[in-house]
Amino acid sequence: MADDHPNGFLKFARKPIPYRDPAVRIGDYTEVYAKDWDEGQLREQGTRCMDCGVPTCMGGCPIGNIIPDFNDLVSRGNWLGALARLHATNNFPEFTGYTCPAPCEPACVLAYNNDPVTIKSIERAIVDRGWAEGWITPEPPSSRTGKRVAIVGSGPAGLAAAQQLNRTGHEVTVFERDDEIGGLMVYGIPDFKFGKYQVARRVDQLQREGVLFRTGANVGVNIPFQELRDEFDAVCLAIGAQLPREVPVPGRQLKGIYWAMEYLTKENRRQSGKKVDAMIDAHGKNVVVLGGGDTGADCVATAHRQAAKQVVQISINLRGSDERPVDNPWPEWPMIYRETYAIEEGGVEEFNVNLTGFVDSDNDGAVDQLVFDRVEWTYEKKDGRMVRTAMKVREEGLTIPAEVVLVAIGFQGAESAPFANTGIEVTARSTIKTDHNMMTNLPGVFAAGDASRGQSIVVWAIGEGRDVAHCIDTYLMGSSRLPASLRTRNPPIGKL
Amino acid sequence: MKTESGLPTLGATRGACGVGALIDLNGRKTHQLVEDGLRILCNIDHRGARGAEEKTGDGAGMLLQKPHEFFHAEIPTLGDFDSYGVGQLYVPKDQWKQIALKKLIATVCREAACRLIHWREVPTDNSDLGRTALLSEPAVRQMFIEPIDPLTPEQLDTRLYVLRRLIEKAVQQSEICGRELFYVCSLDRRKIVYKGLLTCKQLQLYYPDLSNSRIKSSIVLVHSRFGTNTLGAWELAHPYRTVVHNGEINTLRGNLNRMRTREAVLASEKFGDDIEMLKPITGDAQSDTAVFDNVLELLLESGRGLPHALRMLIPEAWNKDKQMDAKRRAFYDYFSTIIEPWDGPALIAATDGYRVAAILDRNGLRPCRYCLTRSNIVIMASETGVLDTPANEIVFQSRLKPGEMFLADTLERRIVPEQEIFEELTTHNFSGWLNENRVRLNEIVKPGAEVEEVGDVTPYQRASGYTLESLRCLVQPMAEEGKDPIGSMGNDTPLAVLSTRHKQLFQYFLQLFAQVSNPPLDYLREDLVTSLESHIGRQRNLLEETPEHCRQLFLESPILTYRELETIKHFERFRSCVIDGTFAKGTSLGTAIADLRKAAVDAIKHGCEILIVSDRKIGPDRVGVPNLLAVGALHHHLIRSGLRTRAALVLEAAQPCAVHHICTLIGYGADAIYPWLAYQSIVQMGRENWLSAEVGETLSKFKKGLEGGILKVMSKMGISTLESYKGAQGFQAVGLDPDFVREYFTGTSAYLNGVGLDEVERELLEQHELAFGNKIVGNLPLDAGGDLYWRRDGELHQWNPATVGQLQYAVRTGNYEAYREFANYLNNQDQRLQTIRGLLDFDIDEHDSIPISEVEAVEEIWKRFSTGSMSHGALSTEAHEALAIAMNRIGGKAGTGEGGEQIERFGTERECSMKQVASGRFGVTINYLVHARQIEIKMAQGAKPGEGGELPGPKVSEEIASVRFTTPGVGLISPPPHHVIYSIEDLAQLIHDLKCANPAAEIHVKLVSEAGVGTIAAGVAKARADAVLIAGDSGGTGAAIKTSIKSAGAPWELGLAETQQVLLANNLRSRIRVRADGGLKTGRDVVIAALLGAEEYGFGTAPLVALGCIMLRKCHCNTCSVGIATQDPKLRAKFGGKPGHLVNYMRFVAHEVRELMAELGFRTMDEMIGRVDKLRQREISHPKSGQIDISQLLYQQPSHDVPRKIRDQNHKLEDKLDHLLIELAAPAIQRGEPVMIEVPIKNSDRTAGTMLSSVIAKKYGPNGLPPDTIQIGFTGSAGQSFGAFLARGISLHLEGAANDYVGKGLSGGRITVDTPKDAAYVASQNIIVGNVVLYGATSGEAYFNGMAGERFAVRNSGAMAVVEGVGDHGCEYMTGGVVVILGKTGKNFGAGMSGGEVFIFDEDKGFRNRLNPTMVRIDEFKEDRDLELVQRMLANHVIYTNSSKAKRILDRWKEHIPKFLKVIPAAYAEVVERQLAQGKDVRVAPPAPAERRKVA
Repeated sequence: MADDHPNGFLKFARKPIPYRDPAVRIGDYTEVYAKDWDEGQLREQGTRCMDCGVPTCMGGCPIGNIIPDFNDLVSRGNWLGALARLHATNNFPEFTGYTCPAPCEPACVLAYNNDPVTIKSIERAIVDRGWAEGWITPEPPSSRTGKRVAIVGSGPAGLAAAQQLNRTGHEVTVFERDDEIGGLMVYGIPDFKFGKYQVARRVDQLQREGVLFRTGANVGVNIPFQELRDEFDAVCLAIGAQLPREVPVPGRQLKGIYWAMEYLTKENRRQSGKKVDAMIDAHGKNVVVLGGGDTGADCVATAHRQAAKQVVQISINLRGSDERPVDNPWPEWPMIYRETYAIEEGGVEEFNVNLTGFVDSDNDGAVDQLVFDRVEWTYEKKDGRMVRTAMKVREEGLTIPAEVVLVAIGFQGAESAPFANTGIEVTARSTIKTDHNMMTNLPGVFAAGDASRGQSIVVWAIGEGRDVAHCIDTYLMGSSRLPASLRTRNPPIGKL
Repeated sequence: MKTESGLPTLGATRGACGVGALIDLNGRKTHQLVEDGLRILCNIDHRGARGAEEKTGDGAGMLLQKPHEFFHAEIPTLGDFDSYGVGQLYVPKDQWKQIALKKLIATVCREAACRLIHWREVPTDNSDLGRTALLSEPAVRQMFIEPIDPLTPEQLDTRLYVLRRLIEKAVQQSEICGRELFYVCSLDRRKIVYKGLLTCKQLQLYYPDLSNSRIKSSIVLVHSRFGTNTLGAWELAHPYRTVVHNGEINTLRGNLNRMRTREAVLASEKFGDDIEMLKPITGDAQSDTAVFDNVLELLLESGRGLPHALRMLIPEAWNKDKQMDAKRRAFYDYFSTIIEPWDGPALIAATDGYRVAAILDRNGLRPCRYCLTRSNIVIMASETGVLDTPANEIVFQSRLKPGEMFLADTLERRIVPEQEIFEELTTHNFSGWLNENRVRLNEIVKPGAEVEEVGDVTPYQRASGYTLESLRCLVQPMAEEGKDPIGSMGNDTPLAVLSTRHKQLFQYFLQLFAQVSNPPLDYLREDLVTSLESHIGRQRNLLEETPEHCRQLFLESPILTYRELETIKHFERFRSCVIDGTFAKGTSLGTAIADLRKAAVDAIKHGCEILIVSDRKIGPDRVGVPNLLAVGALHHHLIRSGLRTRAALVLEAAQPCAVHHICTLIGYGADAIYPWLAYQSIVQMGRENWLSAEVGETLSKFKKGLEGGILKVMSKMGISTLESYKGAQGFQAVGLDPDFVREYFTGTSAYLNGVGLDEVERELLEQHELAFGNKIVGNLPLDAGGDLYWRRDGELHQWNPATVGQLQYAVRTGNYEAYREFANYLNNQDQRLQTIRGLLDFDIDEHDSIPISEVEAVEEIWKRFSTGSMSHGALSTEAHEALAIAMNRIGGKAGTGEGGEQIERFGTERECSMKQVASGRFGVTINYLVHARQIEIKMAQGAKPGEGGELPGPKVSEEIASVRFTTPGVGLISPPPHHVIYSIEDLAQLIHDLKCANPAAEIHVKLVSEAGVGTIAAGVAKARADAVLIAGDSGGTGAAIKTSIKSAGAPWELGLAETQQVLLANNLRSRIRVRADGGLKTGRDVVIAALLGAEEYGFGTAPLVALGCIMLRKCHCNTCSVGIATQDPKLRAKFGGKPGHLVNYMRFVAHEVRELMAELGFRTMDEMIGRVDKLRQREISHPKSGQIDISQLLYQQPSHDVPRKIRDQNHKLEDKLDHLLIELAAPAIQRGEPVMIEVPIKNSDRTAGTMLSSVIAKKYGPNGLPPDTIQIGFTGSAGQSFGAFLARGISLHLEGAANDYVGKGLSGGRITVDTPKDAAYVASQNIIVGNVVLYGATSGEAYFNGMAGERFAVRNSGAMAVVEGVGDHGCEYMTGGVVVILGKTGKNFGAGMSGGEVFIFDEDKGFRNRLNPTMVRIDEFKEDRDLELVQRMLANHVIYTNSSKAKRILDRWKEHIPKFLKVIPAAYAEVVERQLAQGKDVRVAPPAPAERRKVA
């Protein structure tokens, strides 16, 4: 095909699968994206990919999705072929097709001076089609190695590792402390962003392929860690990085201040009809979300759906510019302002906010106001990331009403407390320390995902899971035919 | 040649030259003829060359009949003419060595029943010789030999032939010191050869014999050589024993291999058992001419006549010639089953002592003019006018046509017409023999399914090295479009040997291609000379002809279908035999090959005529021998065993799925291929909804795509027929172990010693394991590939998401540190080996290091930088100008590329200082040339060496068309060769022409790195170019076939090192500047290039990236989304590059260079050039490259010369006729006053009028002077390039005749040539001007009172011309102007013609058969405008030249109108009509009415 559609981008404008109307979707908990899409439109969008010589999109995608290939296959209507290409690098394309911020798109060569190809929409369409056609079925390995691997944690990293290891014939058991398999994919991400049925059907696939799941299995708490080491040939810790970062300002002890993840999890449990202790309900309240990231946005959107009186999302950082900064060139991830789906639905964003205190003005023990300074930061680029270096205060002592405060300013590392006495080493950033083979200092014990690399997005977790599977397989068998994902000769864009 | 232990270079040497022959048809032996021969030699001196000194020629010589009278006077004891033979020998000068030699020879003579009756010391005078010639000078001796028993003259000839071989072999095998100097110039009863490493003039001085009036002959052949290397090459001078040759045999390697294998079955009554003593018939370490001479001699001595033997070796292009006489076709057809054509540009004149035959190659790539005088003497030479002969003495004048043979017989005292020759040659009933014995495969193919049953092919694909990319980017487009797909932006992946990934053996072989010493062909426009047909099966004794000889199977194509293979397998008349090309897992590959060889030999010994090597048994337990290895191993083993001709080698092969694969297989000896897995893959792709067509159609399209691809690759090397390409080994091996190459690919040049059988086996088994081991769900079915387009987990590309963005960031922000990060990524290759320079390290001695402040400034260094020549047309105006501005700002050079340049840019910052002259000659006018600081002759281009280009109609915007002097919307073709350069002396001529056009400009020649490029570069230096560019294979913004991007040409490091070594070895280095380009990106790259010998450095891709290119590789689609490689105004608007970005880049590079210079301790660049001692091999741990040996690359060539340019070339402009013309035209030049000049002219007065034009253009710009301001009348025979680039305002009139290239690049002037009034020949039947007249003319007029040679008005874009007949390929690629032809045309008229109009006076109504109708149509001649135009041109023709033919036509004009035809390209006609409808006539206006010429 090569040059079948070098000019597709000249013929068609970018047209992704849309989100549903904010005014409508805000009233329900079903997914915010349009439910259906038009095949013709997606095929046209596929032709916008020119199959270029240096598909930077693949460099932008951490796990190296073979984007030009599946774009072309979609443009030809070969959905089955496209699905196979997609699955070759990504165990769970719907996890990313629905929730990924899609770093591939700003890396697309068209994004250089035009609108990029709708890669994310195409990815979603391929996998939607795969499920709809019944093409995604359990594919158990043809033979077993007799080796047993325990995976602790069933988030995307754990699940990807499980599927990969199972494919090479190892017997895999996944331990999950919660009552559902899926980790953050189930309880961390709101239903309206990612329907739980999507996780369930994958878990079903994995189960049928032979992966064993044990829920309510809190390793280090109700299952001794040593038991895993004794019974399995290898153990992988994919326990995430859910230890939230603290807000060290006066008044933190007041009621009404919650961790974002606690808030989201409770709503998620309620949605799935489960029993919820001490539900946090924003109905009729002034809600302030601390933190300008994705979790913050999910809190904003959840608060809207709970019919909060007002929702304010505050960010310590400068509002991103509308244009790419000079020292943040293509194809790097652009540090620019993007309106989130949550803000599209309503709410207020505040930037350059340095929180100075939580106030309980009516002394009922619960917060009702935030005090903050409006500041200005100096940034410096370090290791490809913008780091705040100095602060200047512009306005002091501003206030904002807040009856519910949701803290979503990130996580500080893995919840490694249960492993504290195992001798496992952790880093200064509270992540689990691993060597270049992803093994911890304990032989046969590996760590992957947020637990070892720190908080990140779903696509990295999948990549980590695939990589750790490769490493564990190599550890068990001497070599591995499982492909590497993140750890290749061509690391994702940004690092030479 | 090979420098001591440096890089091997391909072939012995390359030479081309001037040829002359004199034959007294009356058989009178005179000394006058010898004198005249020497005179001719002096007049073709300019076609030969000089070595490092002016006094050392490349070789000159003369063949004449044995001067019996002279010898008899010297040696009274001699018997009569027929009783003895005389040998002319080179022997060592040392007396003692001579004595030993003489003793040995005497012994051999006795053994051969001969008596050595006398030794004669040939007097020689070396007082005028140059140093090189003196250093290698032998002594010359004659020996006189009689048979002991009485013999007939013919028997004596045979005896002497055998004796010579015996002597040669005895000396070679002896221990005698200086035996390597021994050489037999001739040993013959009938003729003798005087030759040496001499200039033309020196020949007579050196051999006083030749001045002796007793030396008489009725036949004289002379030769002036232009060799690419001169060192001690006394024996390389022509004539050889039978022939003189101008040109080059491209197919030599295959011809040699086949000769070797034929030796086993040679038999002849004439020789009897003696035949064994002749073997080997010819040898490896000889020039192409020597080999040809050896074989011709064998055929002659075995009893075939001279015409017969020549016609066997060099047949006409008969396959597609439907007009050819049936008997003649049958002759060629029959002999094609015995021997393959020896192909390449060639004028060969040969003699058996009584007759002289001359023959021209099928393409007519060398000139040959001849005439017959009243006294019955034939004068034949590369040029006309070589022997001053009054017109009234000449009764007939003509030229040799492509493929034509000429025979002058001194016994029959006449020129024998070709028709008559063939009557003699076709006495056998060849067509009857063929009908009875030869079987055509297409007539016996059994009906049945075209496609076999196909299961899951994936494991087979994986085991055979298929990748997702090869399927998607090569197989799929070929199956859909039937064409090898196009790509762009060159190659930036590592060589196979440097890659960590599995590579197929094919990928270690890089295609060779023609450059300079022979031309590539245009297989599309000149398809009549090409053929993919072949005969396969058992070949028999070369020296006989019997009906059984043609008992062979005829194939239309080497690519077989399923049914065809099945038919061959089951056909009973030929015994076929399938041998298994797989081996059991667990056996070693070496054993498998040994088994394979044994099976083949056994099969042949049991009578197998068609060996089918099949790897169909590949499976979980059986591994396929790599197909190329199987072919090479079998082919060479069978050659060595003398069995190769006994059976055909057919492959049923899994691996080949792309053009390069097929070409390597055929090139190493496969006769036919059934690519079963490729076919099956297509079936599977179709089944899986990958293809947009039906299975049957996709399979035949795929086959068609492969066939077209083979033709292209063959053409690139200048080879026309599959028969000659087969086994021609047109490849260089890079990264293979030399022993491995010697064993399986014998005779291939091998560079970078590396991978051998063990590594091949290791990769093979790994791949097999991946294919048939347990399948892992989800994994990619095949490797991603990523050779063509970057894939994250595919092959490494230097340009990738990290580097592209990083470089752009660095240059936009001016951040050197950011650049360093970019450079480090590329420079530090410990983990990512990418290039040959990655294997090199600097030998830094800290004591030598100096502070950076002592190193010359960035501003000094970057003057040596240039941007690659990328055409305006390929690039948008914006990008093209940004490059020029940046390079002008830093004092570097930007190249125009081949598309010309807008006049408005001249004299501004936007002007490119380096102007290119490429094969298309777009926009090349005298005005363009005089504005250049450098003129670049593009011989080849890195991305697609040996190919032409096409600019599709939609890309030809108004702007592009106006610069290129063409019509908007009409597509343009750049021919693969410059049609004025088929040979090295032609290049010398173009260099001379361009130097005349702009004496102040430096002329540089762009070559592409390949094995042997050093030899070519030496030739270029001798052709007096000021600089030579060695371009690497990797660069290239141009669109090219992906096969070419990936598989042709070599990295610049190899070519550069070889060039430096060869130039130094030949003491030529100090007079030519060496440039390198092709993927240079960093300062380190520049320093490596400097140390390897380059003084200047070109950058192509990196500057584009600096200006915003993001390597989309869509240049060929016109959809470049960043506005660089597009003409779409909307996209051009998106161009965001600034000259400053490029300046920043160049500064960074120069700065990095300085840093390294400081470390190395060099204060100036000059000190660094050629310091290869400062490089060493780097320690690298790499699966394959651990074993690479690059010592050849780092060889320090001993030389008396300086490793960089320190002196100027002598362009020999001082004695040009134009100095006189300029002086006489002073009033016109200074004041615009009309002047009239009359001067005589001779053939050595070349390029007349061009320096004068240069003066006019410099002073008066593009418009020149008013017409006829300077009128010059010449009488005589004008040398080549008469009136080249003639400026407006100058009119040249010639009475007499002219040679090749008249009016080349005509830029507004007028040229008229008429016939002397007293001529004894008929003007309209006389060849009055030579080949390739008006090539690339842009405007002006020309009137020729006679016929022209081949390729008249090729690439004319605006000139108007009248001529009375033309040769083959008339008006090819023409894009504009008007040509009126009053007589016959040759074949293939109007091929590739996309513009302009031609009016043909088709009196014999035969024109339609000679037209190539692909692009043009024939219209009636009736439109008023056309009638007026032609009438005006004819009237002018009569006035300027007195043409009686034109007069006759005009006299009865009405009556003659219907006999005219109008030829017009269809696309052009449409544009004309569209424009006319809008009231605009884009056609050329009629010329002004002529005035009768006044004589001064």
